[in-house]
Amino acid sequence: MIPAPFEYRRAGSVDEAVALLAEDPDERKLLAGGHSLLPLMKLRLATPTVLVDVGRLAELSYVREDGDHVAIGALTRHCDLEAAPVAREHAPLLSHVAGQVGDPQVRHRGTIGGSVAHGDPASDLPAAVLALGGSFVVQGPQGHRELAAEDFFQGFLETAMAPDEMLTEIRVPKSGGGWAFQKFNRRAQDWAIVGVAASVNGSSRVALVNMGPTPLRARAVEAALAAGASAEEAASRAAEGLEPPADVQASAEYRAHLARVLVRRALEEATARRG
Amino acid sequence: MQVTITVNGTSETHEVETRTLLVHYLREACGHTGTNVGCDTTSCGACTVLLDGESVKSCTVLAAQADGRDVTTIEGMASPDGTLHPIQQAFHEEHGLQCGYCTPGMVMAAASFLKENPDPTEAEVREALEGNLCRCTGYHNIVQSILAAAKNRELVS
Amino acid sequence: MTVTAAGAGVVGTRLLRREDPALLSGEARYVDDLAVPGALHLVMVRSPHAHARIVSVDLEAARSMPGVVAAFSGVDLAGQWAAPMPCAWPVTEDMVSPPHYPLAVEETAYVGDGVAVVVAATRAQAQDAAAAVDVAYEVLPAALDLEEAAADRVAAHSALASNRSYTWELTPDPAAVERAFAEAAVTVSERYVQQRLIPAAMEPRGVCVVPQPFGGELVVYSATQIPHILRTMVGVTAGVPESRLRIVAPAVGGGFGSKLNVYAEELLCVVLARTLRRPVRWNEERSEGAVATIHGRGQVQTIELAADADGKVTAVRARILADMGAYHQLVTPGIPILGAFLYHGVYDVAAYSFECIGVFTNKTPTDAYRGAGRPEATYAIERAIDALGRRLGLDPVEIRRRNFIAPERFPYTSSAGLVFDSGEYARALDMALELAGYGDLRAEQARRREHGDRRLLGIGLSSYVEMCGLAPSRVLASLRYAAGGWEAATVRMLPTGKVQVVSGASPHGQGHVTSWSMIVADKLGVSPEDVEVLHSDTALSPFGMDTYGSRSLSVGGTAIAMAADRVVDKARLLAAHQLECAPEDLELHGGELAVKGSPTRSVAMGQLAFDAFTAHDLPEGMEPNLEASVTFDPTNFTFPFGTHVAVVEVDTETGRVDLVRYTAVDDCGNQINPLIVDGQVHGGIAQGVGQALWEEAVYDAAGNLLTTGLGDYLVPSACELPSFTVGRTVTPSPSNPLGVKGIGEAGTIASTPAVVNAVIDALAPLGVTDLDMPVTPERVWRALEGAARSGAGIPTSEGGAA
Repeated sequence: MIPAPFEYRRAGSVDEAVALLAEDPDERKLLAGGHSLLPLMKLRLATPTVLVDVGRLAELSYVREDGDHVAIGALTRHCDLEAAPVAREHAPLLSHVAGQVGDPQVRHRGTIGGSVAHGDPASDLPAAVLALGGSFVVQGPQGHRELAAEDFFQGFLETAMAPDEMLTEIRVPKSGGGWAFQKFNRRAQDWAIVGVAASVNGSSRVALVNMGPTPLRARAVEAALAAGASAEEAASRAAEGLEPPADVQASAEYRAHLARVLVRRALEEATARRG
Repeated sequence: MQVTITVNGTSETHEVETRTLLVHYLREACGHTGTNVGCDTTSCGACTVLLDGESVKSCTVLAAQADGRDVTTIEGMASPDGTLHPIQQAFHEEHGLQCGYCTPGMVMAAASFLKENPDPTEAEVREALEGNLCRCTGYHNIVQSILAAAKNRELVS
Repeated sequence: MTVTAAGAGVVGTRLLRREDPALLSGEARYVDDLAVPGALHLVMVRSPHAHARIVSVDLEAARSMPGVVAAFSGVDLAGQWAAPMPCAWPVTEDMVSPPHYPLAVEETAYVGDGVAVVVAATRAQAQDAAAAVDVAYEVLPAALDLEEAAADRVAAHSALASNRSYTWELTPDPAAVERAFAEAAVTVSERYVQQRLIPAAMEPRGVCVVPQPFGGELVVYSATQIPHILRTMVGVTAGVPESRLRIVAPAVGGGFGSKLNVYAEELLCVVLARTLRRPVRWNEERSEGAVATIHGRGQVQTIELAADADGKVTAVRARILADMGAYHQLVTPGIPILGAFLYHGVYDVAAYSFECIGVFTNKTPTDAYRGAGRPEATYAIERAIDALGRRLGLDPVEIRRRNFIAPERFPYTSSAGLVFDSGEYARALDMALELAGYGDLRAEQARRREHGDRRLLGIGLSSYVEMCGLAPSRVLASLRYAAGGWEAATVRMLPTGKVQVVSGASPHGQGHVTSWSMIVADKLGVSPEDVEVLHSDTALSPFGMDTYGSRSLSVGGTAIAMAADRVVDKARLLAAHQLECAPEDLELHGGELAVKGSPTRSVAMGQLAFDAFTAHDLPEGMEPNLEASVTFDPTNFTFPFGTHVAVVEVDTETGRVDLVRYTAVDDCGNQINPLIVDGQVHGGIAQGVGQALWEEAVYDAAGNLLTTGLGDYLVPSACELPSFTVGRTVTPSPSNPLGVKGIGEAGTIASTPAVVNAVIDALAPLGVTDLDMPVTPERVWRALEGAARSGAGIPTSEGGAA
């Protein structure tokens, strides 16, 4: 299918992008790699009147150390994040997960910012950022602000960003501990039926893909681990309090089961990796 | 809007609608119909081309996004004298195609992949093809083709 | 190109395909690639309801949109049709078939049924305008579940008294069947579901109709497997004299049966091109094709086996409900009948009973999909024979050996009434077991079980026979098929010694051009490169029966071989005239006809072609030119066979099944080009495995298809499949002079049950002996949970003992 007609504007800077967006925030959309937005537009499930293309803002494509954090420009492509030495050394979970998104062609176009801002519960990278206790820097007409990842995802395809704000940077604490990502799907290129990102350091964080309306933390698992439960005991609580979706690939009940199995495997793998 | 893309080494400028997808720009504006469309959900990879040397699905890129950039399609792979590119030749020799519809996308995906990983294992080749579907070959001979192309290139270099 | 010494012959070599360069370079032209100046784009407006009465169709807004040339509803076009869309296979005299028009007029019968068309200058404009068409519907109850539809709980069509279209029976000796079941030491009764599949050829469908000037013929370019049948059917349906239709199938990107049809969009483009006097084209979107192109399979099967205490099967009884979908497409009713004769598989079974009830539902019509009827039959018998083996504690290998039709029984007259041409089933089984390392696999399986490995190993067998090479026309007549099964060919040697072959078959990816040119090269003593093959254009090959049912070598290739023989025969007469010898004293060697015993007395075939062309000195009564046409009608089907071995790993925690190894030994008779045979086997396996593990057209409770794209409908990728080990035995077919059988569908027919048998082989000790396809991780998990709850661990019985 061909998208419905729209006006195309190319932003030369973040400020310009935000200004263009602010003119009519509800009808305008930012276009980065386009791998979340264009598929929806082709099926005419999204029909923005104006696309603001930020894809050429090279200044937002970077992975660098920033004190005790790793800072990733929102327009960093999945393939660049996967390959970046800084990410490999200080945020190996994020680097690894970037290599699991979609397929090589998607990773050559899709950006971490686009993936996060879309807020899809089935996306891999938001869960990885959650598991790392990261945060997001967004810029709007009133300047920029930083939002903790755990406060960012508010509903199905809904984030804490205002319609006139743009995500500019993803920040994750440098991590030296164990980590793991378990992605379960039926075909390699597909979205995860359930995914688990785990970070095991002094405290453990576990985030889930496709287990609710948003990317989310497995709070019950984390609480159990904090209380000294074994990986197996903690994993048995992976679906506690959650309402996983049901779709053509899996029922809610099976997702809950998968979450329990995959959380246990992720914790075992992360612990083993921590050494 | 006016879009200028260097396609297979030749600069092409065309006036197109803003909503024009790169694949339609290549097929309809430039007349390079070797790039095929096999789905509408970014799933099948038949439309894979190289954008600045990297594989992308041209059904999910606006022509506007490729403005000023460099695109290689299947038509740009063989030498001007018609000699097939080593990857194309390997597909021929290993019977890596049947109906041929997925083939341009497969060849372009392989070209991008072999640049990143010139000496892959079979498992790596299979992983690299996760975004390209074929209904004829069962992939067996496609995988063999790409392994053979990698081997041939080793011999050349 | 593989170089062969002159006279050595190329048949049997792995000659690289001549089709490849155009496809590899991007120069091949599929329908959507054809540049047709001034062509209008047609877009369909489709019903979003499974069953609804059309209250009104408002086209005003669409007609006023930019670029729009015309828009029509079903009512607007009702006067254009000389006949409803064709169904060529009324399998019984009393078969019920609702009238089916390219656009619905009063009622829509499935999600995707066409209700209006918009024609505009560009594709985008036509899509924009189609979105503006306003159709009011009164939603009606829909018949969605096959068994409920068969029970007539809801009517699929308001005008039909019953959803049942036909009942087709084949029980040659009912008393023998009754007796066998009454006397059986053991019986097995199994119920299997053949889920609906979406064929998903990589090239979506497309059509472009170009009217020639001054009311001349209509040239129809279509992504079709059947240009010849299409011409006749378009003529009948659209009321165009057949003589003024030319159908061209350009490069076609796979079909697998889905392009063996006459579709609404083809007819609409013809009618609108005729009405608007402009070229009109339509290209299918993938998500549109999921509902608008036929589906495959769609059956509920019950199969019962009667056997003696040694496991020798004495009777097979199969009862099938076949989902027609909303309408009969071209051969919808006949698809289950193509399997009707094969529910005893490779086994020597004395008593046989088959019955099929065709049922309408409010879903996309079903029709031929790779294997068409034979995969369903093979799946049923191959799963049932495993179930029988489990009942008796016999290894899958042993239960098969005890029941194989013995080689000395061929030609074998089956209890279903077929004559199997040739076969040596145990030999293929032996080779498959050896290539697969069956003993080692069983040892590894035992090792894992002992160690409580959560990844269990499963080994599955499938020994199959299929009937292909469609088909002897007289047999088709007895099955009430409305056409013959012959194929036409012309072979001509041009004045320069180059050769043209014209075939009425219509290759679309298989490599027939290469295979046919190899046959002709050897017959005429030329190189394959000197043989040009023309096909898929009704102007080039006026008569043809097209490509499906693994027929294009055994029927189409045979016609070509026979035509080449006749060319040689004629050349021989001319050479005898020139060399003043008897024709029978001449032998063809290295492209020369030479007198036996005196090889210097010879004349080249190319010279003879030139002399026949100039016609200056021909024997009395001989017509000029070296050309012959043959129409070959086979006397029997061909019966390829083999054994496949699938090895799976099953993750007992998640239920995930990984296919880790696959071995296929097939016997397709003589092989013209083993390279191409390998490719056909590989692709066939992948499609059959797809049915076993991933693919299903899933509908919701309202009749909406949920798997509309290749993101939801899981065509497997390279990551999900292993490399395949293939082997071959060669048992020539006596059904044709080439001794060939056909290999296009065998892989698909064999692989589905092999994989499902492997999964059950892994899980049976845990109490899981039945799983529906596709065997999803969730289904495996649920089955394991269910078995654990019911305190399994002991293989459950498969049915009542007698």
